[in-house]
Amino acid sequence: MSRIEKGRSYIGESVVRPQTARLLAGRGVFTDDVALPRMLHVAFVRSPHAHARIASIDSAEARAVAGVAAVVTGEEMTSVCSGWVGTLAHFQGMKSATQRPLAVGKASWQGEPVAAVVAESRAIAEDGASRVRVGWEPLPSVTDPETALDASTPVIHPELGDNLAFKLELSSGDAEAAFKNADVVLTETFTMGRHTGVTLEARAILADFDPSERRLTVYHSFQAPNMMQDILARHLNLPEQDVRVICKDVGGSFGIKVHIYPDEMATCALSVMLGRPVKFTADRLESFVSDIHAREHRVKAELAVKRDGTILGMRVDDLTGIGPYSVYPRTSAVEGNQTIRLAPGVYRFRDYAASLRVVFQNKTPMCQYRAVGHPIAFAVMEAMVDRAARELGLDPVEVRRKNYVTAEMYPHTSQTGYFFERLSHEEVLHKLLEMSDYRALCAERDALRKRGVHRGLGLCAFIELTTPGPAFYGVGGARISSQDGCTIKLEPSGKLTCMTGVTEQGQGTDTMIAQVVASAVGVAVEDVRVLTGDTMVSPYGGGTWASRGAGIGGEAALQTGKTIRGNILKVAAAILQCEPEDLDIRLGKIVDLMTGEVRLDLAELGRVAYFRPDTLPKDFQSELTVTRHYVPRHQGFAFTNGIQLSHVEVDVATGFVRLLKHWCVEDCGRIINPRLVDEQMRGAIVQGIGAALYEHLVYDQQGQLLTGTMMDYLVPMAAEMPEIMVGHVETPTAYAEGGFKGAGEAGTAGAPGAVLNAVNDALAPLGARVTSQPITPELVLRALGAL
Amino acid sequence: MQISLTVNGVAVSRRVEPRQSLVDFLRYDLELTGSHVGCEHGVCGACTVRVDGALVRGCLMLAVQADGCRVETIEGVAGTGEVFDLQQAFAQENALQCGFCTPGMLLTAQDLLARKPGASALEIREALSGNYCRCTGYHAIVEAVRTTAEARTKARA
Repeated sequence: MSRIEKGRSYIGESVVRPQTARLLAGRGVFTDDVALPRMLHVAFVRSPHAHARIASIDSAEARAVAGVAAVVTGEEMTSVCSGWVGTLAHFQGMKSATQRPLAVGKASWQGEPVAAVVAESRAIAEDGASRVRVGWEPLPSVTDPETALDASTPVIHPELGDNLAFKLELSSGDAEAAFKNADVVLTETFTMGRHTGVTLEARAILADFDPSERRLTVYHSFQAPNMMQDILARHLNLPEQDVRVICKDVGGSFGIKVHIYPDEMATCALSVMLGRPVKFTADRLESFVSDIHAREHRVKAELAVKRDGTILGMRVDDLTGIGPYSVYPRTSAVEGNQTIRLAPGVYRFRDYAASLRVVFQNKTPMCQYRAVGHPIAFAVMEAMVDRAARELGLDPVEVRRKNYVTAEMYPHTSQTGYFFERLSHEEVLHKLLEMSDYRALCAERDALRKRGVHRGLGLCAFIELTTPGPAFYGVGGARISSQDGCTIKLEPSGKLTCMTGVTEQGQGTDTMIAQVVASAVGVAVEDVRVLTGDTMVSPYGGGTWASRGAGIGGEAALQTGKTIRGNILKVAAAILQCEPEDLDIRLGKIVDLMTGEVRLDLAELGRVAYFRPDTLPKDFQSELTVTRHYVPRHQGFAFTNGIQLSHVEVDVATGFVRLLKHWCVEDCGRIINPRLVDEQMRGAIVQGIGAALYEHLVYDQQGQLLTGTMMDYLVPMAAEMPEIMVGHVETPTAYAEGGFKGAGEAGTAGAPGAVLNAVNDALAPLGARVTSQPITPELVLRALGAL
Repeated sequence: MQISLTVNGVAVSRRVEPRQSLVDFLRYDLELTGSHVGCEHGVCGACTVRVDGALVRGCLMLAVQADGCRVETIEGVAGTGEVFDLQQAFAQENALQCGFCTPGMLLTAQDLLARKPGASALEIREALSGNYCRCTGYHAIVEAVRTTAEARTKARA
């Protein structure tokens, strides 16, 4: 960072994202906006049953529809695209069944694709799909995780022996002893509902297979293009270098667009089979039954506390239902794994025991969605902390302070083995209390209670796992890159083109990378053009997930920038016949390091290096395109932390919860662009609020989704959302030169817990509390005994 | 069916299927891909366009119903400079992330400011509550519309 601090630095500046101009003019190019010559469209026949044998498929009538090019079943696709199993080797004992692009033999959830109809337009393809006759033989379905492992419950995949995908027991210290020594033991059961990402742009993929060269080009609304390239190459049996994945503008992702979906694999297989471009864009109704779902936990928690509020120990039992398959290649075990590993991590007590069971069921597959496991972990932990404070008559702020992992304890290893280089729980809490004027809000709440107005304040402290190294997926056998590359090219005009392995879905990745590069090289940020998301040209990388863009992509950009800066100075020294050490680059000009006098413009340097190298010494070769890579290896993750506060008012007559205001103070290390971090926080907080209050995928006992439209599934809209104030504390990581950590998920990690605690604070004087999400008016009224 | 209409000031005549929605017509037949399809059941607002000056959900109106109408899309209002200040404010406030909802947001905000130039933050939230944004949490969008409203009011004074 020395260089950045010396020269013109954009680190810490709220640079406006240049690509917003395109999006604001309606000139974004999302996957469905791409059209290719001879392009076909696919519509899928999806299972109407949660669990049913496919006795027959009659596609004659569909084939007869004018404009239908092909009808393909699962069996017909097996020779083109091999199946997959979503397990990771480091999740010991994990199992899942082979999943295929189109179901073969039986369907295991309502919405599973069983046949594909390809036609000249999507409308004609849908006409065809409605004429495919499937002979269904319904089977009993498994929906309730609580009974999924009972002997009387049918086993979804008989070859697996039971419905258990994964189980895990963790223990640290002596939880038994902690509970024996406790003054008070608190027990609670939390039910967290299923929800999903509802990206406004639905999943979309356009596959273009050229049979003459056997090359596949795929336009994909996706977060991890190299992962997709690898998987397409292996499962379609194509050479990896002949598969190109291009992610143009992506209309929201949040972890929805980082998994392998059968319908997307089928679309690519269809293009290979037909030798023509094939496009699939999910409509909203099929998004609800085919996008991965998230959460669905039943968590039993027990907390052992002393009368003074000291937490002695905790026990957690998590049961989570993941649908019929563990999702490939990241698996559906990470959510539960992180839930029980993260839950106690804010606090210093050592005695902890946790168990996890991940079970199969006949619902849409569940997998990683923004803040994987965190929202459940911290809603549970923080609700227990608040309950302890309430039962013991203590201040919730003081109970947290008393139990935090504090400044002098770092570096610190958590109860479950997570390594924390340095976190700032006390600082973020202090700042939050000041920002929100917390004590005044408490006084106001207390005064209003006397007038029958029920307001509540809810805190939620959290940690966030960011910037994962290879131990996350790579060691488990998943071919998902934990390293990322950056390539910078000096154009002859003296401007920079930069390509990065991390990707852009609206976070401002390209702006953040441009700021780092401009600062490291010494040019104006407008003079850096960043390209992301094309496997043919971008350096190999993991893409954007697990809040890794800044921590990994940012550091790779910094190292690449420093290297090309050195190379540029060598060229300048050769031209100016001096030593590189005597020169500097400032805002696109080569200057004398000591005096700042301008010696050479970068455009002139580019002209000489590219067009007149004959004027340079014979043994001098300029290197003005540079690639460097970065992978975090000194710690498993760069953990961040923060705290949120929710202020709500509960209408005890109707059960409605009104959000008055929300605060968050976060610490994501050195901040590259404060506005972008603020906006990541706000967007993520609202996704957490959605989970806390509105969003719910409700199934009936037969496994039929009852909330499969945007009329039934409520998402947060502008009118209900509060103002959100964001504050920052900066604790840079010392393991990477830039000091950057991740910021994408922290908002979602803490918001549900804050809202839950705020509602319970409002209900407390009435002797009621809720322990389920979403907190619907009905739930509140039931808690109040009014229903 | 044959339809004739004006789209962003240009006279257009096309044969369309009676079942085709207006937004699909704009996107696929006219290649005006700035209007987006988010839910196709009138909830999300991504397909918002103006028909004869009024906001319309492009997924709930058929192309044939627009016969003889004046249709304006994001490409139109961006091209004429009508929403230039709003676009600037959105960029400044980072009131868009993925940008998929943005065309609908801009048209809806423009419509509100035409009707209620001095709209308060609360009125802005109310007016935008038919447009779903998954990325921003709305805070920055409300700020961008509010600052534009203020600047326009000042410019008129």
